[in-house]
Amino acid sequence: MTTLTKHPPAPTFKAPQLSKRGRGPSKLRELRIALLFIFPAMIGLVAFSLVPTIRGIYLSFTEYNILGEPKWIGIDNYTAIFADELFWNAMAVTIQYVAINIVFQIVIAIGLALLMQSVAKSTFIRAALLLPFLVANVIVALLWFWMLDYQIGIVNEVISWLGLPRVAFFGSEQWAIPTIAFVNVWRHMGYTALLVFAGLQAIPHHVYEVASLDGASRTRTFWSITMPLLRPVLALVLVVTVIGSFQVFDTVAVTTGGGPVNATRVIQMYIYQKAFGESDFGYASALSVVLFVILALVAFIQMKFLRGNESDLD
Amino acid sequence: MSTQTLTTRKPVDWHRVGAWTLIVLALVVTIFPFLWMLRTALSSNHSLASNTANLLPADFSLGAFKRVFGLQTTEEAIADGGSGGAIDFWLYLRNSILFATVTTACQVFFSALAAYAFARLRWPGRNKVFAVFLATLMIPGIFTALPNFLMIKNLGLLNTFAGLTLPFLFMSAFAIFFLRQFFMSMSREVEEAAMLDGAKSLRIFFQIVLPNAVAPMTTLALLTFIGQWNEYFWPLLVGNDESIRVLTLGLSIFKSQSPQGAPDWTGLMAATLVAAVPILILFLAFGKKVVNSIGFSGIK
Repeated sequence: MTTLTKHPPAPTFKAPQLSKRGRGPSKLRELRIALLFIFPAMIGLVAFSLVPTIRGIYLSFTEYNILGEPKWIGIDNYTAIFADELFWNAMAVTIQYVAINIVFQIVIAIGLALLMQSVAKSTFIRAALLLPFLVANVIVALLWFWMLDYQIGIVNEVISWLGLPRVAFFGSEQWAIPTIAFVNVWRHMGYTALLVFAGLQAIPHHVYEVASLDGASRTRTFWSITMPLLRPVLALVLVVTVIGSFQVFDTVAVTTGGGPVNATRVIQMYIYQKAFGESDFGYASALSVVLFVILALVAFIQMKFLRGNESDLD
Repeated sequence: MSTQTLTTRKPVDWHRVGAWTLIVLALVVTIFPFLWMLRTALSSNHSLASNTANLLPADFSLGAFKRVFGLQTTEEAIADGGSGGAIDFWLYLRNSILFATVTTACQVFFSALAAYAFARLRWPGRNKVFAVFLATLMIPGIFTALPNFLMIKNLGLLNTFAGLTLPFLFMSAFAIFFLRQFFMSMSREVEEAAMLDGAKSLRIFFQIVLPNAVAPMTTLALLTFIGQWNEYFWPLLVGNDESIRVLTLGLSIFKSQSPQGAPDWTGLMAATLVAAVPILILFLAFGKKVVNSIGFSGIK
């Protein structure tokens, strides 16, 4: 459910309303009570988010192989990353994965959402389409690893029955990334469709009525009304799925492990191998700082470009 | 737009036919792999290769399930195409249940406490602190996972249940955000009446607020539980030891134990099926709730 936890709608902050009735507790007392309530969450925030963030940034400037003490080496890790062919390969592979995954996922999701809204209104159908998303990445990956097996997988059986040559889905450098991308499209499409569907529900009905009175065709209505009004929702969905896709790991880890050769060594896999395979925690930390910066930039550019926080409905 | 002519209506609504065709296609693509999982799990390894494209199990057998639950002897397992390696599926199942239940219960409860403080209590710095919590949603998991691993290791908690659960116990920014929205929408009257009675904040929270928040907390707990049940990365880092290994990790190890060449496909599919069953049960019971909460939690 990682994706679920990654889309905070733009929060609206209200100024705290201070008690003016005079019988409210003093500020210090209020703070004490509040601290009592947020104390456990604060432990979690400080110990497992803030301190690790600072420590991660610090480690990225060190050489640290877990046994000794971290040794400060300035920006050496970053200059090394810049010249690291495996890093650039990992970025290329990851971007290829993200591109295939996002394009198919979003297009299919919009299609399914429109179908959910126009004909398939039952909750049962929506629930069925959501099913793959609820099953673990690991399970989905293993299931498709079996179905796409070169020798006896059902998909290759069908392909060869059609008279076409069998495909080494996970085994060839050319097919491995598209395959992993499609496996995750399969897992996520129902979920993304539900998000888009929620956005469609928010478009007021009278807008469509006006369009149909004006005699607009379905295609015309879709491009001139649905898509523009859906834009804030799509922007949010896009940011969330892109950020999630950049961190693809589980599927790769249980199927190809990064191979064949370097074909599926996505960035998170590369970080994992540097840290836990080669015990190079300094370098791995620097790589994750780079990933962090890239993700922040991507999110920023997308929101800016798509004006995701503004609606055309007002 | 007004210059366009009205579209002529045909007696058969081809749009509807087309739409339903696509829906059925999407359902088949979604459901078929699960049926194939079941079909494979009920087959025998030796017959899989010769009987590849029949919808019914190839040489029906419960051997795969027996193997998964350790009901076959090593000889039997190897004869059936298993690895013969020991997998203690019951143990992994227990670990997954413990891990997902404990982390979900603590995370939802502590997040509810914090969410209430952000929604209803008045205190200096409230919005700034809340903004910091929200900001953590932007941090990619791997970025904090490495330092967290080091900390758990330094504390000597690698391969312990404490190390496995600690990072998830105290809060999730999403849960706090989700519940804060709900608490802000609750009517204030009852709380204020209790306050006039001189009831303390904690007592109000437990006796009045929590009982009224059962519905959103159930939804949240459900979503959290599913996420925790499926968690793979953190257990891979700190929980490799057999004694605390969770199902997702057990499955990936089961796969890599395959004997030379031919993987134990039927055993693997039986294991994935059993690992998915708790989620399927939850889904049958609460599916509607989950489906309807997606739009709410995702966008609104």
